[in-house]
Amino acid sequence: MAPAARIAGFDARSFFAFLAGGLFGAGLLVSGMVDTAKVIGWLDVFGAWDPTLAFVLGGAVLPMIPVWRLAEARKTSALGTPIPAPSSQKMNRPLVIGSLMFGAGWGLAGFCPGPAMASFAFGGWQGALFFFAMVVGMGLAPKAAVWLSAPNAP
Amino acid sequence: MIPTDWIWGAIGGLMIGGAAALYLLVNGRILGASGILGGLVDGSGHDSLPERLAFVFGLMVVPPLLMPLYGTVSTQAISNPVVLIVAGLLVGVGTRLANGCTSGHGVCGISRFAPRGIGATVLYLLAGGVTVLVFRHILGVI
Repeated sequence: MAPAARIAGFDARSFFAFLAGGLFGAGLLVSGMVDTAKVIGWLDVFGAWDPTLAFVLGGAVLPMIPVWRLAEARKTSALGTPIPAPSSQKMNRPLVIGSLMFGAGWGLAGFCPGPAMASFAFGGWQGALFFFAMVVGMGLAPKAAVWLSAPNAP
Repeated sequence: MIPTDWIWGAIGGLMIGGAAALYLLVNGRILGASGILGGLVDGSGHDSLPERLAFVFGLMVVPPLLMPLYGTVSTQAISNPVVLIVAGLLVGVGTRLANGCTSGHGVCGISRFAPRGIGATVLYLLAGGVTVLVFRHILGVI
C-alpha cells in the first residue's frame, strides 16, 4: 500500500471507500432507485411511463463529465492510484450478451446491483432472495465467460 | 409544476455522481456496484479487498441509518420467488459478463463518453423495456 494511503495507522483508502459507498447508497435511497415500482415504471415505455430515472441518471452523469476531465488531466488519484485507462476492448460478445441478460433481470424484478445492496437491510425476504440469487449469478459468471469464449459457442 | 419525484430523483442523482467523483478522484477507482461486489464474490478483487469491503459496508449500512428521516421505505418488490431468483441470476451473471451495470457502464461510462459504457447502457435499457412489455403487458407475470 502506498505510504500516502495510510495516515497515522488509519487506512485512508477504506475510509474514503466507506464514504463513497455510503453517499452512493444515500443517493440511491433519496432518488427512488430502491423502489422497484419506479424502476419498472421507467422501463415501462408502453404503459404508465415514469421519467424519474432520467433525472437520476442526468443528475449523476452531468457532474461526472468535468470530473473525468479533471481525473484524466491529473493522471493519479489523491491517494496515488493511477486513473484507470479507458478500456481497450470494443463491443464484444460478453458485453452484448451480458448487458441483454442484465437488462432482462432488471426489468423482471426492478433491482440493479447497487439498489439491491442499498435496500438489503429493509427490503424484506424479497430483496434478500434477489440479492443472494445475484451473488450466485456473479459466482457463476466466470464459468459463463469461459463457455462464451469457446470456439463453438453460439 | 415539476413533480416532486423528479426533483428528489435529480438530488439523489447528484449524490450518486458525487459518490462516483469521490471514489474516482480520491481512490482512483470506477464506482461500479457489480464490479466491486463481483470482485469479492469470484475472488478477482483480492488485491483490493479492504477497499471493496468498506464500500459495500457503507452502501449497505448508510441507507437504513437514514430510514428515520423517511418513516418507512418499501422496495415494492414482487413476491414471486421464481421471478426474484431468475432476475437475480440474470443480473448477477449479466453484469459480470458485461463487466458493469447501471453505475459502472451507465453513470461512469456515459460521462466518460466510453463506447462500451454507452453501448451496454443502450442494450440493457432495450432489454429491460422489452422484458417489461412482454412480462407485464403480454404475459401479465409482473
